[in-house]
Amino acid sequence: MSAPAAEPLVQVEDLHTYYGKSHILHGVSLHVGRGEVVGLLGRNGVGKSTTLKTIMGLVPPAQGSIRYEGRSIAGTPPHVLARHGIAYVPEDRRIFRLLTVMENLRTGLDRRGVTEARRRELLEQVFASFPVLAERRNQAGGTLSGGEQQMLAIARAMMLEPRIILLDEPTEGLMPRMVAQIREIVDTLQRQGVAILLVEQNVPLTLAASRRIYIMEKGVVRHHCAAAELSVHDPIIQQYLGV
Amino acid sequence: MTAVAPDAGPLAAGQGAAAAPVLRTERLTVRFGGLAALNQVDFAVGRGEIRAIIGPNGAGKSTFFNCVTGVLRPTSGRILFNGEDITGLPPNLISRKGIARSYQITNILPNATALENVRIAAQSRRHGWNMFRHHRAFRDLTERAEGVLEAVGLLSKAQELAANLSHGEQRNLEIGIALATEPTLLCLDEPTAGMSAAETRETMQLIRRIARELTILIVEHDMPLVMELASRITVFHYGEVLADGPPAEIQKNTRVQEVYLKT
Amino acid sequence: MDLILGFVQSAPVELIIVQTINGIVTGMILALVASGLTLIFGIMDVVNFAHGELFMLGAYCGVVVFALTGNFWLALLTAAFLVALFGAALQIVTLRPLVGRDPLTTILATFGTSLILQNYALWQFGPVSRKIGEPITSQFTLFYLQYPWYRIAVALLSAAIIGAFYLFLKHSKFGIWIRATTQDRLMAQAMGIPVPWVLTGVFAFGAALAAASGVLFAPLGGVYHTMGLDWVLKAFIVVVVGGMGSLGGSIVAAIFISLLEAYASIWVSPAQAVIVSFVALILTLLFRPTGLFATPK
Repeated sequence: MSAPAAEPLVQVEDLHTYYGKSHILHGVSLHVGRGEVVGLLGRNGVGKSTTLKTIMGLVPPAQGSIRYEGRSIAGTPPHVLARHGIAYVPEDRRIFRLLTVMENLRTGLDRRGVTEARRRELLEQVFASFPVLAERRNQAGGTLSGGEQQMLAIARAMMLEPRIILLDEPTEGLMPRMVAQIREIVDTLQRQGVAILLVEQNVPLTLAASRRIYIMEKGVVRHHCAAAELSVHDPIIQQYLGV
Repeated sequence: MTAVAPDAGPLAAGQGAAAAPVLRTERLTVRFGGLAALNQVDFAVGRGEIRAIIGPNGAGKSTFFNCVTGVLRPTSGRILFNGEDITGLPPNLISRKGIARSYQITNILPNATALENVRIAAQSRRHGWNMFRHHRAFRDLTERAEGVLEAVGLLSKAQELAANLSHGEQRNLEIGIALATEPTLLCLDEPTAGMSAAETRETMQLIRRIARELTILIVEHDMPLVMELASRITVFHYGEVLADGPPAEIQKNTRVQEVYLKT
Repeated sequence: MDLILGFVQSAPVELIIVQTINGIVTGMILALVASGLTLIFGIMDVVNFAHGELFMLGAYCGVVVFALTGNFWLALLTAAFLVALFGAALQIVTLRPLVGRDPLTTILATFGTSLILQNYALWQFGPVSRKIGEPITSQFTLFYLQYPWYRIAVALLSAAIIGAFYLFLKHSKFGIWIRATTQDRLMAQAMGIPVPWVLTGVFAFGAALAAASGVLFAPLGGVYHTMGLDWVLKAFIVVVVGGMGSLGGSIVAAIFISLLEAYASIWVSPAQAVIVSFVALILTLLFRPTGLFATPK
């Protein structure tokens, strides 16, 4: 596993986060390079989602540093980060249920500095990748199925033209056909040069889609290697993810 | 579907409790609209067992706990505690029958001391409405509460305000509060969530100590803890019992591995 | 049943029609006041006890501008604009620091603000009530009355303002921001929406709506430092009955309650007619506590 040649896009060091008194992150360190897909694996409750939320500024870190493009972003409000290229797709999708599909997309699209032409381009691209969203563009978000809501959550994030997407368990609760679709989307985004920090419990998908893997347990990173070095039957996977 | 034949009995590994199960469910079903959160679950746990309940997200573990502790009324099926049908009873009556529960989000009273927290719980069990036997009753309640604090390793912090305890100590106090109601079945809901490795080890020892006199059901995600602590494991998946057996067996179960790794 | 029929028959049809119009006129002003209140509550969970004072400040602003320029419409626009700015400043100074804290703190903050504003107005303008002349003085014959056109104008104007605001919420970019922030504040932030400013903006809008109502109402009643109290109390009833956070609900509830009061005052004095509002409130709380049109969050 070679060290990144340039400065990593996102660098997290010794991150400690609390929910009240509950000490969730006990010193997490990781990095994501430009255009890289990095997987973050671990069982329930180890702190994977909390790591993403802390990077996104939705939860304040008690200790540690978060750097984005070399600059410290700890304490920066989430809406500023979103405008500077970090997009967040949460575990339960959290699309705006009472807004239409189109309005959901507009929350990301209506930004300063986006020309009318670029708006149309982005919409075309996303409707091409997710034809079902084009069909339902005037439907309220809450009427979409689980899989469609996941598509919308990812499409909405893409409207921000992000440099990195923090993707939290996108395949949870989805049928195998949709899981395959998510895999395709991750590949497509990677080809477009978007970095992804992919939190997942689906091991085969994560190993196939990612370049590097971090495995977390009880609030810390316990293992870090190239995805190619691991297989589903590896004892390390059994130890930290299996039973 | 039954994962364990009823007459084989849910033998606690090495505990020799072959008698009737402490808790048993028959075809327990919970439906939310069209979704079956629990589907025809047959479950039994024997006296003195430490039974771990594991399973991926949405498997129905919390729903199961909620049914057993009276927080949720099942759509169909029965829950039997020591042979008595307790299906649909409200939580306060279930507590009187001898089932106690600790919660994922700590429910302690922050502005009372550790001792007071436990004593209030003990009071619910012993001296319900009688306001006149106060003097002598007060003393034996305090003694009982101190005993519980010692069992959970918090006797030295008896006079400390609960809000000032560390997170691990608060979670252990939560267990103490449940213990103070003198249960025969203790249900622990992710007791080590948010704890460091050291705190987890302490809590594990605590659970081992108190398990000698109780039957324990524990929902957990910490696999090493579960493997070490549990005498038997039940795996839930999509509202059904997927597997049930001693830890070594569960670890070798390929279907369980598949479910966890999503292969 | 006979009692009700007896009551109804004792009132001539003309009186009922006149009261219907009166009820709608009052209801539209009330709707304007309540809209601001429910908007503020819906997006930031703040119960704005100072809302009646923003109404009162708007009316006084109108008095001052009218005295200076003699132009009612200019007074209306200026008052709305100035009170909006004031509302924004108020939110930034007193409410922004309290975001995420116990709701009791915001109640105390807005209540304290209302006391300050009332006493300021008393000190600034004195205890004698002021008046603004109606911009439209002509009247039309309605049965046995000379009914002022101005009242009709007020109802139409209020409806127009609410309608414009509704369209704004539905179709504009800021409207989407407001609706997204109301539904899920965290995800709105994650989408780049500057939530702290959206909250300030909504408070300012609510203040502007209250101020506009104050100026519109001023020619019908007087302008005095406690005029906000009557209106804010009714506005709260409207918001609870209509459903907190529901714009449509407040409008329907406002008209409904005002009509009830207007009809009741056929038989009892207007002061006693207020009782029907409270009856409506109690019934709502008993049978449908979230309000008739509560927004599912």
